[in-house]
Amino acid sequence: MTTTQHTTRNQTPAPAASVSVATSRATANAGVTSRRVVRSEWIKFRSLRSTRYALAAVALAIIGLGVFMAIGEVVAEDVSRNGTVDALGGSLSGVGFAELLASALGVLLVTGEYSSGSIRLTFTAVPRRLTVLVAKAVVAALTVFTTAMVSTLLAFTVAQRLLARDDITLSWTAPGVPRALIGAALYLAVVSVMGVGFGWLLRSTAGALMALFAVFYLLPIIEILLPASTGDRIGPYLPSNAGSAVMRLAPGPLLEPWTGFAVFVGYALLMLAGAALVLRRRDA
Amino acid sequence: MIEAFGLTKVYGDKTAVNDLSFTVRSGMVTGFLGPNGAGKSTTMRMIVGLDRPTDGEVLVNGNRYVDQGAPLAEVGALLDAKASHPGRSAYSHLLALAASNGIGKARVSDVLDMVGLSDVAGRRTKGFSLGMSQRLGIAAALLGDPDVVLLDEPVNGLDPEGIHWIRGLLRSLAAAGRTVFVSSHLMSEMELTADRLLILGRGRLVADVSMAEMTAAATPVVRVRTPQADRLAQLLVVAGADVTAPEPGLLAVTGSSAADIGRMAAHQQLVLEELTPVHPSLEEAYLAMTHDHVEYAADSIGATTGRTAA
Repeated sequence: MTTTQHTTRNQTPAPAASVSVATSRATANAGVTSRRVVRSEWIKFRSLRSTRYALAAVALAIIGLGVFMAIGEVVAEDVSRNGTVDALGGSLSGVGFAELLASALGVLLVTGEYSSGSIRLTFTAVPRRLTVLVAKAVVAALTVFTTAMVSTLLAFTVAQRLLARDDITLSWTAPGVPRALIGAALYLAVVSVMGVGFGWLLRSTAGALMALFAVFYLLPIIEILLPASTGDRIGPYLPSNAGSAVMRLAPGPLLEPWTGFAVFVGYALLMLAGAALVLRRRDA
Repeated sequence: MIEAFGLTKVYGDKTAVNDLSFTVRSGMVTGFLGPNGAGKSTTMRMIVGLDRPTDGEVLVNGNRYVDQGAPLAEVGALLDAKASHPGRSAYSHLLALAASNGIGKARVSDVLDMVGLSDVAGRRTKGFSLGMSQRLGIAAALLGDPDVVLLDEPVNGLDPEGIHWIRGLLRSLAAAGRTVFVSSHLMSEMELTADRLLILGRGRLVADVSMAEMTAAATPVVRVRTPQADRLAQLLVVAGADVTAPEPGLLAVTGSSAADIGRMAAHQQLVLEELTPVHPSLEEAYLAMTHDHVEYAADSIGATTGRTAA
């Protein structure tokens, strides 16, 4: 198909004016592939200040708050003397705030296109919308994971150094520590994917952020208001609780770390599936 | 080539496009003409798969748009000038689009050159004027060196030099064998560029004509002012012309040339105070065609109220 077109095109005489000229080189290998769409989304990501800043803010929140807590442990010497410092030294304290930023980042990747109108151009270039949906989720997950991973490692290293002055040793190999550090980065990556999902579903930045707020902060409050027996049964399955189980050191009322994370990933995938359904039918 | 078969789009209780069938051929510029709200943009959005037809379908080079393997190499579309993220540079905007279809960086620079935006390629599009945005939109449409070019109101916001440039571009694309489909609500815009016209009114196809047919349809009128209007009118009617009298002493004659009327008057020794051939206006012919299909007619124009209400 493509080759025949190029043949016929080359036979037509070149236009007299200087404006349009077919350079077969430019579009010879043209075609949409998933990999190319991911590349395209990555270019969009890195060419916007807002997304770059959001990513930097994720890093800053994790490192800043993590280190801040470690300093707090040092200052509150009585705490450290009593040996109540957990194996992470509070280095994941920033995750709760970074979660807001990571979800906002995911939202912006999608709603930025709707508010500017560029979504039409995006879908004209890639009419198979599902590919775009997945590509945005992939870019959000990979960038947030990489940034968060580096940040949690840094925060832990700094906390280690700070607490070492107080003769408190934080070990890389203490039970649950590697899992919690990696888990925090994975958790934030999935949170950003949820942001992408809400972005597709609601198309407006404010709407999607409100929805995320409801899921992460309102649902836990509702759970508290429920009768204890019901609340205890539902509680572990709430998205925020299920997801954060992977970062907990001590076993608690939550699901097992990786079970909880799997449930959390399940929620994110369900949302993307819902978004995909809506996207197929909707006029852009 | 673009082929529409019974294309219909209903939004709620409003039918934007109603059973539209047409073919847009390659190697020429086809104008898509109609008043605001006639359904031109909706039709264009359906061609590139942005809106789902309620009924019917539209094919580009024989395929549904969603099945195009390299959409940007098949169709280049300018649907909305302000369709770039304000915080992204013109270059990055085009680069991201190009990447999705596997089009190289060299082509991005080429199209920026073509539309004359190379100097501002690194600037964020937030500060772009409507004319610059329009040029950026055209660059995006040309990115894949497409077979089919769709432009929705491309001259909006362009300065005279830009308008001139766009006309040249459209002509050269058509000359290179491409399919060029351009919408406008102004006949005067189409007069200079289009080879063929699809005229839309209230979502329906009103006319599918060549420019030559359109010109022929716009009958010339000769204005004749004479104190002996009745006498001259009689003579002209006998000679086979159509005569109306817009006001006493003034005749509007169709079906007879100014030369013939002058000769006839001289022969009968009638006084002529004015003899003006009124050049056929395509605008008028177009307005006459779409008159009953105007979405928002001005009611204040007394003469038309009766007809638009129908």
